[in-house]
Amino acid sequence: MHREFLMGNEAIALGALAAGVNFVAGYPGTPSTEVLETVARRNPGTVYVEWSVNEKAAVEAAAGAAYAGARAMVTMKQVGLNVACDPVMSLEYIGVKGGMVIMVADDPGPISSQTEQDTRSFASFSKIPLFDPSSVKEAYEMIQEAFDFSQAYRTPVFFRATTRIDHAYESIDVKDPGAYLVHRAEGFVKDSSKWVIFPGLSVRNHALIEERNAALTDTLSGYPRNRILPGCGAAAEGQDGAAAECPFPRKAVASHGISFMYTLDAFQGKARPDILRIATPFPFPEKLAADFLLGKEEVLCIEELDPVIERALIYVAGKYGLHVRIRGKLSGDVAPSGENTPDSVASALAAFLEEETLSGEAAVPGEVPPLPVRPPVLCAGCPHRASFYAVKQAMKGQKTFYGGDIGCYTLGNAQPLDMCDTCLCMGAGINIAQGIGRVEPDTKCFAFVGDSTFFASGITGVVNAVYNQADVTIVILDNSTTAMTGHQPHPGTGRTMMGQVHEPVKIERVLNAIGLTCVKTVDPLDLPLAVETVKRVSSEKGVKAVIFKSPCAAITKPDSRAAVDPDKCIGCKRCIRELGCPALTWDGNKAVIDSGQCTGCLLCAKVCPAAAIS
Amino acid sequence: MSRKDPINIIMCGVGGQGTILASRLIAAAAMKEGLEVHAAETIGMAQRGGSVFTHIRLGEQAHAAQIGKGRADLLIGFEPAEAVRMLGFLKKEGKAIVSMQPIRPVSAMLGMSPYPEEEILSFLKEKVSGLTLVDSVRAAKDLGSSRCLNVVLLGAALRSGALGLDEEHILCALQERLPEKLHALNERALHYI
Repeated sequence: MHREFLMGNEAIALGALAAGVNFVAGYPGTPSTEVLETVARRNPGTVYVEWSVNEKAAVEAAAGAAYAGARAMVTMKQVGLNVACDPVMSLEYIGVKGGMVIMVADDPGPISSQTEQDTRSFASFSKIPLFDPSSVKEAYEMIQEAFDFSQAYRTPVFFRATTRIDHAYESIDVKDPGAYLVHRAEGFVKDSSKWVIFPGLSVRNHALIEERNAALTDTLSGYPRNRILPGCGAAAEGQDGAAAECPFPRKAVASHGISFMYTLDAFQGKARPDILRIATPFPFPEKLAADFLLGKEEVLCIEELDPVIERALIYVAGKYGLHVRIRGKLSGDVAPSGENTPDSVASALAAFLEEETLSGEAAVPGEVPPLPVRPPVLCAGCPHRASFYAVKQAMKGQKTFYGGDIGCYTLGNAQPLDMCDTCLCMGAGINIAQGIGRVEPDTKCFAFVGDSTFFASGITGVVNAVYNQADVTIVILDNSTTAMTGHQPHPGTGRTMMGQVHEPVKIERVLNAIGLTCVKTVDPLDLPLAVETVKRVSSEKGVKAVIFKSPCAAITKPDSRAAVDPDKCIGCKRCIRELGCPALTWDGNKAVIDSGQCTGCLLCAKVCPAAAIS
Repeated sequence: MSRKDPINIIMCGVGGQGTILASRLIAAAAMKEGLEVHAAETIGMAQRGGSVFTHIRLGEQAHAAQIGKGRADLLIGFEPAEAVRMLGFLKKEGKAIVSMQPIRPVSAMLGMSPYPEEEILSFLKEKVSGLTLVDSVRAAKDLGSSRCLNVVLLGAALRSGALGLDEEHILCALQERLPEKLHALNERALHYI
């Protein structure tokens, strides 16, 4: 063992390596991305790692590996699970031979996601057991247990952490590579009665799954991470405390995940009631919960996202005939949506226990002066800014629709660009633009999609458009990387996570093969040509495409910086007003360029009416 | 405060200011002292020019990395408006180290968002008794580099006594993390305040 300062996602990756994982696939998505990246970086040489084209492909490839007896892991963010839903739902009916862990990162808040969906609810829907860690250290240990459990029960399992665990850091003890478990896959054994999902097999296996999960509610009551912490009195000076008598014998708290840690922090050094911690919300440890509820009058559920524990406790109370009031989200004691914080948890606990406060006392408790908002913006020198600006200039005065998509370029919605009218989910913009066009035939419909998103789920939308004879301009923002999640390679880069470099999958060729005859590739930083290209392409009928090709500013070294000549600047603010580049600032009279941020893209120079920037 | 209570530190600023290196240095120094470390920082979309913050907790009694309001012993603000935004975390007798130089977002330049510089600075001076304001423009001029503001602020935090770490360990962590040609500059930055 040795000690490292690890991000939760790194700890999950090292835990998987320690558990002898053989195969890891995933698709990037905050807050899950670092798991797969860490597996690749710390690969002892025995693990196959890939960024798959999307989450569905990742789950299917991992299922194949697990059918062949390998230990497999798939990584994704919570909305990625929606993409992978089809294979996941069916896979539970088939089962696996090697252990298979589906690592899903949930994002309460949401901080970087479209939805606040709770994978714990998906677990009961799909009937797949789920592990829900509370800390980085526990995540490291628990994922190893998840592999063993999966292999023992021949079922895929979910391992679900939230942003505050995925992206938290802790100093923890981890195994040396020499101590990693070595798991050898025995290979795929043909047996169509087992691996081919026909209705007869499904109905038989469905019954077995229900039987297994019912039995697991007992088994998991004995899983040490599902546990009851007995209540205690306030810690006396200089003591740890557990000896003093608990002043809340009839009240109790149930919690999970990071909220369990917030609960422990709120009670630090103070009296606390009994606490039930749930590590496997599905199958729910019913016996343990029934023991916990016995003799209690009221239980407050401190949980994040769906009231999973709250509903389960209400169910257990009914099933065992226990007279106890379960409170939480459904009773209005805890906010039904949004992320929990140490403060929201402390105030819910204080209200429940009728304590004056469990919160800290701030140095400055009152009002503060008005503060600037800092929404995330496209980086200085980002080629997407130039692409959006070119389309905006080209279509000036025309009735347009701009379908956006998922990636850095969603930020094109912000002022002053205002070039993203919709955003729904990966690849949706291309189809939404078609729908808008059917209802508003006089609108010029555009769909912006990034290179990685195009490969992940954009291609089917283009096929749909061609097949159904839509009138739409597809704008591919090709910056040669998956920028938003931290620059992962994708099919268009030709680089893989195993270090190979091969012929990239060319977007232009894909579009041609689908049947597009008008596909123009242009550098968006060549503004006049970019504007001209958009005008020409968008005037064609049917499905056509512009590929704006220019590398992400964050992965290229700037070769020069732009500067404003204060003698020439007429102070019109046009550069600031039209581009919204964070490197452009205002000194009160003239525009100024922050050389620390500027990449020398010179888009502002092309916009300046006084030729003051060079 | 008993020695068992964790030391809670909030760092805040704007994406790209070097808050992450500063938090890594604190974590590495604390680990050298045998302390357990929890930390959480802004990652992802918000990094693109947005407000960023780091929570760091040192000591075995910390459970989550997130610090509650009114619980931070120390606040290190890389930007004055961001320091005010996070001020609610600072506990009553806590210390604050704040760089005076404002960074105006695009929204303020377009006139869509306020930035009352004078009001923000005088608010800090009036309300925070344990405040050290750092003139980062002058520091950059004196040191010949604007890239080591993080280490200047870290030095001021050491001097305030609220960090509770040994300067030797910070220096050692610095040397382990930075290329040798930057050692002298950063050592001067650490001792600037």
